[in-house]
Amino acid sequence: MGIKQQSKSLLSLGSELADPDYQLQVINGQTTQKTYVKFEKNLAQSGHYPLSVKRLEIFQINLGRLCNQSCAHCHVDAGPDRREIMTKENLEICLEILRKHPSFHTVDLTGGAPEMNPHFKWFVESCAELGKKIMVRSNLTIILSNPKYHYLPAFFAQHQVEVISSLPFYSAKRTDKQRGEGVFEDSIKAIELLNQQGYGLSESGLILNLVYNPAGAFLPGNQSALEAEFKRQLARRHEIQFNHLFAITNLPINRFLDYLLTRDKYEFYMEQLLEAYNPGTLDGLMCRYMVSVSWDGYLYDCDFNQMLALKVACTSQHISHFNESELLNRAIVLGQHCYGCTAGAGSSCGGNIA
Amino acid sequence: MSKKDYFNPDDLKKFGDITEFQEKMGQKFFTWYNEVFKEGALTVREKNLIALAVAHVVQCPYCIDAYTTASIQSGCDEEQMMEAVHVGAAIKGGATLAFSVQMMNHTKEMLGD
Repeated sequence: MGIKQQSKSLLSLGSELADPDYQLQVINGQTTQKTYVKFEKNLAQSGHYPLSVKRLEIFQINLGRLCNQSCAHCHVDAGPDRREIMTKENLEICLEILRKHPSFHTVDLTGGAPEMNPHFKWFVESCAELGKKIMVRSNLTIILSNPKYHYLPAFFAQHQVEVISSLPFYSAKRTDKQRGEGVFEDSIKAIELLNQQGYGLSESGLILNLVYNPAGAFLPGNQSALEAEFKRQLARRHEIQFNHLFAITNLPINRFLDYLLTRDKYEFYMEQLLEAYNPGTLDGLMCRYMVSVSWDGYLYDCDFNQMLALKVACTSQHISHFNESELLNRAIVLGQHCYGCTAGAGSSCGGNIA
Repeated sequence: MSKKDYFNPDDLKKFGDITEFQEKMGQKFFTWYNEVFKEGALTVREKNLIALAVAHVVQCPYCIDAYTTASIQSGCDEEQMMEAVHVGAAIKGGATLAFSVQMMNHTKEMLGD
Protein backbone atom coordinates (compact mmCIF):
# COMPACT_ATOMS: atom_id res chain seq x y z
CA MET A 1 0.00 0.00 0.00
CA GLY A 2 1.33 3.45 -0.88
CA ILE A 3 1.38 6.44 1.38
CA LYS A 4 -1.04 9.30 1.06
CA GLN A 5 0.82 12.43 2.10
CA GLN A 6 -0.54 14.01 5.29
CA SER A 7 0.51 17.55 4.39
CA LYS A 8 2.87 19.59 2.27
CA SER A 9 6.00 21.37 3.37
CA LEU A 10 5.57 24.88 4.70
CA LEU A 11 8.01 25.92 2.00
CA SER A 12 5.87 24.60 -0.84
CA LEU A 13 2.75 26.08 0.73
CA GLY A 14 4.43 29.48 0.79
CA SER A 15 3.84 29.77 4.55
CA GLU A 16 5.62 32.61 6.32
CA LEU A 17 6.65 29.99 8.91
CA ALA A 18 9.01 28.55 6.27
CA ASP A 19 11.26 31.47 7.20
CA PRO A 20 13.23 30.57 10.38
CA ASP A 21 13.47 34.27 11.29
CA TYR A 22 9.70 34.52 11.37
CA GLN A 23 9.47 31.39 13.51
CA LEU A 24 11.91 32.97 15.96
CA GLN A 25 9.80 36.11 16.07
CA VAL A 26 6.76 33.98 16.99
CA ILE A 27 8.43 31.93 19.71
CA ASN A 28 10.21 34.96 21.12
CA GLY A 29 6.87 36.76 21.45
CA GLN A 30 7.55 39.44 18.85
CA THR A 31 4.30 38.75 16.99
CA THR A 32 0.88 38.86 18.59
CA GLN A 33 1.54 35.97 20.94
CA LYS A 34 1.83 36.27 24.69
CA THR A 35 5.41 36.38 26.02
CA TYR A 36 6.86 33.93 28.50
CA VAL A 37 9.74 33.91 30.97
CA LYS A 38 12.96 33.74 28.97
CA PHE A 39 14.56 30.30 28.98
CA GLU A 40 17.90 31.92 29.76
CA LYS A 41 16.42 33.46 32.92
CA ASN A 42 15.32 30.07 34.20
CA LEU A 43 18.79 28.67 33.45
CA ALA A 44 20.44 31.54 35.30
CA GLN A 45 18.28 30.85 38.36
CA SER A 46 19.60 27.30 38.51
CA GLY A 47 23.18 28.39 37.84
CA HIS A 48 23.40 26.92 34.34
CA TYR A 49 23.73 30.07 32.26
CA PRO A 50 25.51 30.23 29.90
CA LEU A 51 24.91 26.59 29.02
CA SER A 52 28.22 24.88 28.36
CA VAL A 53 29.31 21.85 26.36
CA LYS A 54 30.38 18.79 28.35
CA ARG A 55 31.84 16.52 25.67
CA LEU A 56 31.80 16.09 21.91
CA GLU A 57 30.45 12.56 21.55
CA ILE A 58 27.76 12.55 18.91
CA PHE A 59 28.24 13.82 15.38
CA GLN A 60 24.76 14.28 13.96
CA ILE A 61 24.38 14.85 10.23
CA ASN A 62 21.26 15.88 8.40
CA LEU A 63 21.75 14.16 5.05
CA GLY A 64 18.98 16.15 3.44
CA ARG A 65 15.43 17.33 3.75
CA LEU A 66 14.10 15.05 1.04
CA CYS A 67 11.66 12.50 2.47
CA ASN A 68 9.04 10.08 1.16
CA GLN A 69 6.64 11.29 3.87
CA SER A 70 5.20 14.68 4.85
CA CYS A 71 4.28 14.24 8.49
CA ALA A 72 1.98 16.75 10.11
CA HIS A 73 4.35 17.52 12.99
CA CYS A 74 7.68 17.34 11.15
CA HIS A 75 10.20 19.66 12.80
CA VAL A 76 12.38 19.55 9.69
CA ASP A 77 9.58 20.52 7.28
CA ALA A 78 10.80 17.62 5.17
CA GLY A 79 8.93 16.05 2.27
CA PRO A 80 9.05 14.73 -1.28
CA ASP A 81 9.18 18.31 -2.58
CA ARG A 82 12.36 19.23 -0.70
CA ARG A 83 15.56 19.15 -2.72
CA GLU A 84 18.25 19.97 -0.13
CA ILE A 85 20.72 17.05 -0.08
CA MET A 86 24.23 16.84 1.40
CA THR A 87 26.90 16.53 -1.32
CA LYS A 88 29.61 13.88 -1.41
CA GLU A 89 32.20 16.64 -0.94
CA ASN A 90 30.63 17.64 2.37
CA LEU A 91 30.26 14.00 3.41
CA GLU A 92 33.96 13.49 2.76
CA ILE A 93 34.74 16.45 5.03
CA CYS A 94 32.51 14.88 7.69
CA LEU A 95 34.43 11.61 7.39
CA GLU A 96 37.71 13.47 7.80
CA ILE A 97 36.41 15.14 10.96
CA LEU A 98 35.26 11.78 12.32
CA ARG A 99 38.66 10.28 11.51
CA LYS A 100 40.57 13.06 13.26
CA HIS A 101 38.35 13.38 16.34
CA PRO A 102 37.96 10.05 18.16
CA SER A 103 35.83 11.64 20.89
CA PHE A 104 32.96 11.41 18.39
CA HIS A 105 32.12 7.77 19.05
CA THR A 106 28.70 7.96 17.42
CA VAL A 107 27.45 9.16 14.02
CA ASP A 108 23.75 10.02 14.07
CA LEU A 109 22.27 10.15 10.56
CA THR A 110 19.01 11.96 10.10
CA GLY A 111 16.97 13.76 7.44
CA GLY A 112 14.34 13.84 5.82
CA ALA A 113 14.83 10.24 4.98
CA PRO A 114 18.63 9.90 5.23
CA GLU A 115 18.52 6.78 3.06
CA MET A 116 17.40 8.95 0.12
CA ASN A 117 20.79 10.66 -0.03
CA PRO A 118 22.48 9.03 -3.05
CA HIS A 119 25.71 8.64 -1.06
CA PHE A 120 24.06 7.07 1.99
CA LYS A 121 25.33 3.51 1.46
CA TRP A 122 28.91 4.58 0.83
CA PHE A 123 28.86 6.92 3.81
CA VAL A 124 27.55 4.28 6.24
CA GLU A 125 30.19 1.82 5.02
CA SER A 126 32.88 4.47 5.46
CA CYS A 127 31.75 5.29 9.01
CA ALA A 128 31.70 1.57 9.83
CA GLU A 129 35.28 1.27 8.60
CA LEU A 130 36.20 4.01 11.08
CA GLY A 131 34.71 1.90 13.85
CA LYS A 132 32.05 4.44 14.74
CA LYS A 133 28.71 3.51 16.20
CA ILE A 134 26.12 4.42 13.55
CA MET A 135 22.57 5.46 14.29
CA VAL A 136 20.10 5.94 11.45
CA ARG A 137 16.84 7.77 12.05
CA SER A 138 14.76 5.78 9.59
CA ASN A 139 11.09 6.47 9.00
CA LEU A 140 10.62 2.72 8.27
CA THR A 141 8.34 3.21 5.25
CA ILE A 142 11.33 4.13 3.09
CA ILE A 143 12.29 0.44 3.13
CA LEU A 144 9.10 -0.47 1.26
CA SER A 145 8.75 2.70 -0.79
CA ASN A 146 10.85 1.52 -3.73
CA PRO A 147 12.66 -1.76 -4.58
CA LYS A 148 15.95 0.13 -4.54
CA TYR A 149 15.58 0.46 -0.74
CA HIS A 150 14.75 -3.20 -0.06
CA TYR A 151 18.43 -3.81 0.73
CA LEU A 152 18.25 -1.67 3.86
CA PRO A 153 17.35 -4.21 6.61
CA ALA A 154 20.21 -6.57 5.67
CA PHE A 155 22.57 -3.63 5.12
CA PHE A 156 21.76 -2.17 8.53
CA ALA A 157 22.36 -5.56 10.15
CA GLN A 158 25.66 -6.04 8.30
CA HIS A 159 27.02 -2.79 9.74
CA GLN A 160 25.39 -3.12 13.18
CA VAL A 161 23.51 0.12 12.56
CA GLU A 162 21.20 1.18 15.39
CA VAL A 163 17.84 1.96 13.82
CA ILE A 164 15.71 4.63 15.46
CA SER A 165 12.25 5.00 14.00
CA SER A 166 9.23 7.14 14.66
CA LEU A 167 6.03 5.28 15.38
CA PRO A 168 3.70 7.79 17.00
CA PHE A 169 1.28 5.12 18.17
CA TYR A 170 0.52 1.42 18.18
CA SER A 171 -2.70 1.93 16.21
CA ALA A 172 -3.13 2.87 12.55
CA LYS A 173 -5.67 5.60 13.25
CA ARG A 174 -3.44 7.83 15.35
CA THR A 175 -0.23 7.06 13.44
CA ASP A 176 -1.72 7.74 10.01
CA LYS A 177 -3.35 10.94 11.20
CA GLN A 178 0.10 12.32 11.99
CA ARG A 179 2.23 10.67 9.32
CA GLY A 180 -0.09 9.95 6.38
CA GLU A 181 -2.56 7.25 5.39
CA GLY A 182 -0.85 3.91 4.90
CA VAL A 183 2.19 4.77 7.02
CA PHE A 184 1.23 2.48 9.90
CA GLU A 185 0.71 -0.56 7.70
CA ASP A 186 4.04 -0.04 5.90
CA SER A 187 5.80 0.68 9.20
CA ILE A 188 4.61 -2.64 10.64
CA LYS A 189 5.79 -4.48 7.52
CA ALA A 190 9.19 -2.75 7.77
CA ILE A 191 9.52 -3.72 11.45
CA GLU A 192 8.70 -7.33 10.47
CA LEU A 193 11.56 -7.20 7.95
CA LEU A 194 13.89 -5.74 10.59
CA ASN A 195 12.79 -8.39 13.10
CA GLN A 196 13.62 -11.06 10.50
CA GLN A 197 17.20 -9.71 10.49
CA GLY A 198 17.29 -9.94 14.27
CA TYR A 199 16.48 -6.31 15.04
CA GLY A 200 14.60 -5.78 18.26
CA LEU A 201 15.32 -9.29 19.51
CA SER A 202 17.13 -9.17 22.82
CA GLU A 203 19.79 -11.77 22.01
CA SER A 204 20.83 -10.40 18.59
CA GLY A 205 22.59 -7.19 19.62
CA LEU A 206 20.82 -5.42 16.74
CA ILE A 207 18.99 -2.43 18.16
CA LEU A 208 15.65 -1.13 16.94
CA ASN A 209 14.34 1.72 19.06
CA LEU A 210 11.02 3.41 18.40
CA VAL A 211 10.18 7.04 18.95
CA TYR A 212 6.85 8.17 20.34
CA ASN A 213 5.78 11.77 20.09
CA PRO A 214 2.36 13.05 21.15
CA ALA A 215 -0.27 13.34 18.42
CA GLY A 216 -1.48 16.71 19.71
CA ALA A 217 -0.80 19.66 21.98
CA PHE A 218 0.12 17.65 25.05
CA LEU A 219 3.28 16.35 26.68
CA PRO A 220 4.29 12.69 26.60
CA GLY A 221 3.51 10.50 29.59
CA ASN A 222 5.86 8.23 31.45
CA GLN A 223 8.34 6.73 28.98
CA SER A 224 8.69 3.30 30.57
CA ALA A 225 4.91 2.93 30.91
CA LEU A 226 4.45 3.90 27.25
CA GLU A 227 7.16 1.45 26.24
CA ALA A 228 5.46 -1.36 28.13
CA GLU A 229 2.12 -0.62 26.49
CA PHE A 230 3.65 -0.32 23.00
CA LYS A 231 5.43 -3.65 23.47
CA ARG A 232 2.28 -5.35 24.70
CA GLN A 233 0.07 -4.02 21.94
CA LEU A 234 2.51 -4.44 19.03
CA ALA A 235 3.30 -8.00 20.11
CA ARG A 236 -0.38 -8.83 20.62
CA ARG A 237 -1.67 -7.26 17.42
CA HIS A 238 1.26 -7.71 15.01
CA GLU A 239 3.76 -10.07 16.66
CA ILE A 240 6.59 -7.57 16.23
CA GLN A 241 9.34 -6.57 18.67
CA PHE A 242 11.58 -3.62 19.40
CA ASN A 243 14.13 -2.70 22.07
CA HIS A 244 13.18 0.61 23.64
CA LEU A 245 10.68 3.40 23.16
CA PHE A 246 11.92 7.00 23.32
CA ALA A 247 9.22 9.48 24.36
CA ILE A 248 10.01 12.79 22.71
CA THR A 249 8.30 16.12 23.28
CA ASN A 250 7.18 18.07 20.22
CA LEU A 251 9.08 21.35 20.03
CA PRO A 252 7.13 24.40 18.89
CA ILE A 253 8.92 24.83 15.58
CA ASN A 254 8.17 24.28 11.88
CA ARG A 255 5.05 22.18 11.16
CA PHE A 256 4.20 21.57 14.82
CA LEU A 257 4.33 25.33 15.38
CA ASP A 258 2.02 25.72 12.39
CA TYR A 259 -0.28 23.09 13.93
CA LEU A 260 -0.37 24.97 17.24
CA LEU A 261 -0.98 28.38 15.65
CA THR A 262 -3.67 27.28 13.20
CA ARG A 263 -5.59 25.54 16.00
CA ASP A 264 -5.11 28.37 18.46
CA LYS A 265 -3.25 26.04 20.85
CA TYR A 266 0.12 27.79 20.94
CA GLU A 267 -0.38 29.54 24.29
CA PHE A 268 -1.93 26.43 25.84
CA TYR A 269 1.09 24.38 24.75
CA MET A 270 3.73 26.88 25.83
CA GLU A 271 2.08 27.12 29.25
CA GLN A 272 2.34 23.35 29.59
CA LEU A 273 6.03 23.44 28.64
CA LEU A 274 6.79 26.20 31.13
CA GLU A 275 4.79 24.60 33.95
CA ALA A 276 6.71 21.36 33.38
CA TYR A 277 10.16 23.05 33.29
CA ASN A 278 12.55 20.71 35.13
CA PRO A 279 16.10 21.89 35.94
CA GLY A 280 16.94 18.23 36.59
CA THR A 281 17.09 17.73 32.82
CA LEU A 282 19.85 20.30 32.24
CA ASP A 283 22.84 18.03 32.81
CA GLY A 284 21.64 15.54 30.22
CA LEU A 285 20.56 17.89 27.44
CA MET A 286 21.73 16.46 24.13
CA CYS A 287 23.14 19.79 22.93
CA ARG A 288 25.85 19.44 25.59
CA TYR A 289 27.26 16.29 23.99
CA MET A 290 26.91 16.83 20.25
CA VAL A 291 27.17 18.95 17.16
CA SER A 292 24.54 18.89 14.45
CA VAL A 293 25.57 19.35 10.82
CA SER A 294 23.11 20.65 8.25
CA TRP A 295 22.85 19.33 4.68
CA ASP A 296 25.01 22.26 3.52
CA GLY A 297 27.71 21.68 6.14
CA TYR A 298 26.96 24.30 8.77
CA LEU A 299 27.29 23.50 12.46
CA TYR A 300 24.55 23.79 15.08
CA ASP A 301 24.09 22.89 18.73
CA CYS A 302 21.16 20.57 17.93
CA ASP A 303 18.72 19.54 15.25
CA PHE A 304 16.19 22.14 16.43
CA ASN A 305 18.63 25.06 16.33
CA GLN A 306 19.52 23.84 12.85
CA MET A 307 15.89 24.22 11.77
CA LEU A 308 15.78 27.71 13.25
CA ALA A 309 19.05 28.63 11.46
CA LEU A 310 20.77 29.33 14.81
CA LYS A 311 24.38 28.41 14.06
CA VAL A 312 26.92 27.59 16.78
CA ALA A 313 28.33 30.60 18.62
CA CYS A 314 31.84 30.14 17.22
CA THR A 315 33.93 31.84 14.58
CA SER A 316 34.15 28.52 12.72
CA GLN A 317 30.59 27.63 11.82
CA HIS A 318 31.16 25.27 8.90
CA ILE A 319 32.62 21.76 8.65
CA SER A 320 35.27 23.12 6.29
CA HIS A 321 36.67 25.13 9.25
CA PHE A 322 36.00 22.57 11.99
CA ASN A 323 37.62 23.64 15.26
CA GLU A 324 37.22 21.15 18.11
CA SER A 325 38.57 23.46 20.78
CA GLU A 326 36.18 26.25 19.86
CA LEU A 327 33.24 23.87 19.77
CA LEU A 328 34.11 22.43 23.17
CA ASN A 329 34.26 25.89 24.72
CA ARG A 330 31.20 27.35 23.04
CA ALA A 331 28.11 28.61 24.83
CA ILE A 332 25.03 26.84 23.51
CA VAL A 333 22.61 29.09 21.64
CA LEU A 334 19.30 29.13 23.50
CA GLY A 335 15.73 30.15 22.78
CA GLN A 336 12.17 29.66 23.96
CA HIS A 337 11.94 26.42 21.96
CA CYS A 338 14.46 24.93 24.45
CA TYR A 339 11.58 24.56 26.94
CA GLY A 340 10.60 21.55 24.81
CA CYS A 341 13.72 19.65 25.90
CA THR A 342 13.43 20.56 29.60
CA ALA A 343 9.74 19.73 30.20
CA GLY A 344 8.88 16.95 32.60
CA ALA A 345 11.32 14.05 32.29
CA GLY A 346 13.09 15.96 29.52
CA SER A 347 13.41 15.15 25.85
CA SER A 348 16.33 14.29 23.67
CA CYS A 349 17.04 12.24 20.57
CA GLY A 350 17.26 9.34 23.03
CA GLY A 351 14.00 10.13 24.81
CA ASN A 352 13.72 11.01 28.51
CA ILE A 353 16.69 12.65 30.27
CA ALA A 354 15.80 12.94 33.95
CA MET B 1 -21.22 34.41 37.84
CA SER B 2 -23.51 33.32 35.01
CA LYS B 3 -24.69 29.76 34.44
CA LYS B 4 -22.28 29.33 31.56
CA ASP B 5 -19.44 29.61 34.06
CA TYR B 6 -20.56 26.66 36.20
CA PHE B 7 -18.09 24.42 34.41
CA ASN B 8 -15.17 26.55 33.34
CA PRO B 9 -12.30 24.30 32.13
CA ASP B 10 -9.79 26.82 33.51
CA ASP B 11 -11.14 26.15 37.02
CA LEU B 12 -9.44 22.76 36.90
CA LYS B 13 -6.11 24.56 37.28
CA LYS B 14 -7.43 26.03 40.55
CA PHE B 15 -8.16 22.65 42.10
CA GLY B 16 -5.02 22.91 44.23
CA ASP B 17 -6.41 26.14 45.75
CA ILE B 18 -8.99 24.26 47.82
CA THR B 19 -6.43 24.36 50.64
CA GLU B 20 -7.07 28.11 50.88
CA PHE B 21 -10.21 27.57 52.95
CA GLN B 22 -9.12 24.42 54.80
CA GLU B 23 -5.42 23.80 54.54
CA LYS B 24 -4.97 20.75 56.76
CA MET B 25 -7.72 18.66 55.21
CA GLY B 26 -6.83 19.86 51.73
CA GLN B 27 -3.18 18.88 52.14
CA LYS B 28 -4.15 15.46 53.48
CA PHE B 29 -6.47 14.94 50.54
CA PHE B 30 -3.75 15.79 48.00
CA THR B 31 -1.18 13.59 49.74
CA TRP B 32 -3.63 10.70 49.64
CA TYR B 33 -4.72 11.49 46.08
CA ASN B 34 -1.13 11.54 44.81
CA GLU B 35 -0.41 8.25 46.57
CA VAL B 36 -3.47 6.64 44.99
CA PHE B 37 -2.33 7.48 41.47
CA LYS B 38 1.24 6.24 41.84
CA GLU B 39 2.33 3.04 40.13
CA GLY B 40 1.42 0.15 42.45
CA ALA B 41 -0.22 -3.21 42.00
CA LEU B 42 -2.05 -1.41 39.20
CA THR B 43 -0.17 0.57 36.55
CA VAL B 44 -0.68 4.32 36.19
CA ARG B 45 -2.35 3.59 32.86
CA GLU B 46 -4.83 1.19 34.44
CA LYS B 47 -5.60 3.69 37.22
CA ASN B 48 -6.18 6.41 34.64
CA LEU B 49 -8.71 4.20 32.81
CA ILE B 50 -10.54 3.43 36.07
CA ALA B 51 -10.58 7.14 36.90
CA LEU B 52 -11.91 7.92 33.43
CA ALA B 53 -14.76 5.45 33.86
CA VAL B 54 -15.61 6.77 37.33
CA ALA B 55 -15.41 10.36 36.06
CA HIS B 56 -18.19 9.55 33.62
CA VAL B 57 -20.28 7.75 36.21
CA VAL B 58 -20.08 10.68 38.64
CA GLN B 59 -20.47 13.03 35.64
CA CYS B 60 -17.61 15.30 36.62
CA PRO B 61 -16.56 17.37 33.57
CA TYR B 62 -13.27 18.41 35.20
CA CYS B 63 -12.42 14.79 35.90
CA ILE B 64 -13.39 13.74 32.36
CA ASP B 65 -11.03 16.38 30.91
CA ALA B 66 -8.25 15.47 33.34
CA TYR B 67 -8.45 11.71 32.89
CA THR B 68 -8.95 11.82 29.13
CA THR B 69 -5.66 13.74 29.00
CA ALA B 70 -4.00 11.39 31.49
CA SER B 71 -5.25 8.30 29.65
CA ILE B 72 -3.92 9.55 26.31
CA GLN B 73 -0.60 10.56 27.88
CA SER B 74 -0.17 7.16 29.46
CA GLY B 75 -0.66 5.39 26.12
CA CYS B 76 -4.36 4.47 25.93
CA ASP B 77 -6.05 4.45 22.56
CA GLU B 78 -9.57 5.60 21.73
CA GLU B 79 -11.02 2.08 21.85
CA GLN B 80 -9.66 1.41 25.34
CA MET B 81 -11.02 4.70 26.66
CA MET B 82 -14.48 4.06 25.22
CA GLU B 83 -14.47 0.51 26.60
CA ALA B 84 -13.67 1.93 30.03
CA VAL B 85 -16.63 4.31 29.77
CA HIS B 86 -18.83 1.38 28.74
CA VAL B 87 -17.73 -0.51 31.84
CA GLY B 88 -18.76 2.46 33.97
CA ALA B 89 -22.03 2.81 32.09
CA ALA B 90 -22.75 -0.92 32.37
CA ILE B 91 -22.29 -0.84 36.13
CA LYS B 92 -24.44 2.25 36.42
CA GLY B 93 -27.12 0.74 34.14
CA GLY B 94 -26.83 -2.60 35.88
CA ALA B 95 -27.21 -0.96 39.26
CA THR B 96 -30.46 0.64 38.10
CA LEU B 97 -31.74 -2.62 36.71
CA ALA B 98 -30.70 -4.51 39.86
CA PHE B 99 -33.17 -2.36 41.78
CA SER B 100 -35.89 -3.74 39.54
CA VAL B 101 -35.72 -6.87 41.65
CA GLN B 102 -37.11 -4.76 44.49
CA MET B 103 -39.85 -3.55 42.14
CA MET B 104 -40.60 -7.12 41.12
CA ASN B 105 -40.66 -8.31 44.73
CA HIS B 106 -43.01 -5.52 45.69
CA THR B 107 -45.24 -6.14 42.68
CA LYS B 108 -45.48 -9.85 43.38
CA GLU B 109 -46.28 -9.16 47.00
CA MET B 110 -49.00 -6.67 46.06
CA LEU B 111 -50.56 -8.89 43.45
CA GLY B 112 -50.30 -12.02 45.59
CA ASP B 113 -48.05 -14.13 43.28
